Amino acid sequence: MTPVATNFFFFLLAGVTLISGILVITQRNPVHSALALILGLLAQANLYLMLYAPFVAGVQVILYAGGIMVLFLFVIMLVNLERAKKEEQFNKLWLIGTAAAAALGFLFFTVYLKGKALWQDQGTALPPETSNTQEIGRLLYGQYMFTFEIASLLLLVAIIGAVVMTKRKV
Amino acid sequence: MVPITTLHYLVVAAALFIIGVIGVLTRRNVVIMLMSIELILNAVNLNLVAFSRIHALHGQVFAIFVITDAAAEAAVGLGILIAFFRNKETVNMDEVDLMKW
Amino acid sequence: MLDYITSYLSSNVTPGQAGNFFWATVYVMVVFGGVSVVVMAMNWLERKALAHFQIRLGPMRVGPHGLLQPIADAIKLATKEDIIPAEADKLVFWVAPLIILCASFTVYIVVPFGPTHAITDLNIGILFMLGVSSLSVLGIVMAGWASNSHYPLMGGLRSSAQMISYEVAMGLAVISAILMTSLNSTGIGTLSMIGIVQAQQQAHVWYAFKFFPLGLIALIIFSIAMVAETNRAPFDLPEAESELTAGFHTEYSGLRWSLFMLGEYAAMGAVSSIAVTLWLGGWLRPFPNWLSGSFFDLVFSLFPAFTFLALAGFCFYGVTRMPKHPYFRLETIGLAGFGAVLGLIGLILLITPVRTRVQDIYWFLAKVAVFLYLYIWYRATFPRYRFDQLMAVGWKVLLPASLVVLMATAIVGVVI
Repeated sequence: MTPVATNFFFFLLAGVTLISGILVITQRNPVHSALALILGLLAQANLYLMLYAPFVAGVQVILYAGGIMVLFLFVIMLVNLERAKKEEQFNKLWLIGTAAAAALGFLFFTVYLKGKALWQDQGTALPPETSNTQEIGRLLYGQYMFTFEIASLLLLVAIIGAVVMTKRKV
Repeated sequence: MVPITTLHYLVVAAALFIIGVIGVLTRRNVVIMLMSIELILNAVNLNLVAFSRIHALHGQVFAIFVITDAAAEAAVGLGILIAFFRNKETVNMDEVDLMKW
Repeated sequence: MLDYITSYLSSNVTPGQAGNFFWATVYVMVVFGGVSVVVMAMNWLERKALAHFQIRLGPMRVGPHGLLQPIADAIKLATKEDIIPAEADKLVFWVAPLIILCASFTVYIVVPFGPTHAITDLNIGILFMLGVSSLSVLGIVMAGWASNSHYPLMGGLRSSAQMISYEVAMGLAVISAILMTSLNSTGIGTLSMIGIVQAQQQAHVWYAFKFFPLGLIALIIFSIAMVAETNRAPFDLPEAESELTAGFHTEYSGLRWSLFMLGEYAAMGAVSSIAVTLWLGGWLRPFPNWLSGSFFDLVFSLFPAFTFLALAGFCFYGVTRMPKHPYFRLETIGLAGFGAVLGLIGLILLITPVRTRVQDIYWFLAKVAVFLYLYIWYRATFPRYRFDQLMAVGWKVLLPASLVVLMATAIVGVVI
């Protein structure tokens, strides 16, 4: 299927992602920040669809928006934030922090300028539609089998760690 | 209209990264700092998947691993937050100063 | 423009795959309208069936045998006062039902009503369905939080904890069905919903009966997990009236509450569609191999017409049993008219061109209707699980069982 209205969708989704990012860091209420982050994650899943990565988009929706954000919302509800909403939101070093982030942005821009000639964005053909999941499966269980097992071990350690840390009587 | 190249996606990813860095460096609330870290990880993922469009599929596999690690890290980070909150009843990073000089 | 519309009619793919926006929009509106009608019918059927299970009659006054009760309920809910708690977070309070509604309805774009009768056929279809239906957990958490009251908060936390626990067992049961799609000649399986049903067609067996009893156990695990996923009895502690005063939707009134109900019934239909597609052969008619041949094809293709004619027969039987008092004259005429409409639809379904086209959709909807009736049957029959028993069943019984079924399916699939 040929792509349609690519420019419109790209700018819409990129705008939603960036605006939701800004909302995450500026909202006073953490629940509103979490809502904005969910919106940003779903917009990013759509950006993955535009990049012809449907499996990563599906994983993003299931794990990130449907799993991690539920975890965040649970913790926001368990931690009493009524008092924190009325306090000062930004810390004492906010000016230096913003300056450091701006310097980082300047670094990115300099890297782009110096490295622009090194790679060309050659026009790419549309990848075949039905084989993305199969190819990722082949890579995941073939070349990256070791990494896959380590990731599962990491998740096991994270589960045990989270359970142990939040138990009341250890 | 200008065709959308990989550079557009990289600019979006870089902007999201910088927004996340600002969030981590300037907010006091630990939960929002953790959410800003998720923004940073998402920016990295977008970068990986954008490059995987013009090269092989390894970028997407790496992005899946990054999402998995982000889940583990969010779980552990929020566990630490809950354990700390039980002791000191605050979620502000400024007040985590028991071992200051 | 006109040939943009008519060029799709000769194709044999879904409108999403053909890229035809007009027909995709038409299909979306048909599915949306159909789901809304099914929700209203489920509302009526639930009240009548629960009543008959409890040896009483249910709604009888509003229309003939309560047939207009859902419409009366809808009008009542739409005209009720919209009460928002004083300290509630207004933005989150407003957004929460929308998230549940959008998540439950978006799932229907990949549901396959026939080999070309779907809105679209994503090649990550089942992944999309599982992922988007898990977004409704967010809506429930936010609804419980935003109401600023302890009953909804407890109900929201418990309900979302239950849903994410049973999602794991659901996902593993789904994977064991997807494994079976790769047992074809090329060794490549598929995640697309239409592809899964076509794989069952090529394997000449519904996956519920493949590698007996593994497919059946996977179907049973999925059926139990899907009842828990949609917060229905016997897993409805978070929203039962005697326990938590309606749980996370306590503080919602009027139209907002009806959005929750709409989302819940739509989610029930969606997970029933997953179960039907993965294990019960989707749109395939029963016994395609044992009872094959043109005679049995004819018999099975008459089923839709017979269903509607039987329903019309029930309506006319009810007409004969109506009291002869003039008070009931309008209701008798209404019931007779309803029976006449059903009979007319049944007669239209006897015409051959309509008959061949409607077959797939009818069998799919019939199987989903069986699952929806099972939901009501469970609600009438089973006592409610206590919350710790609920979580114990989800983690200690269903998760190991689904893991064992997955491993056994994989081993058997490789060995045989």
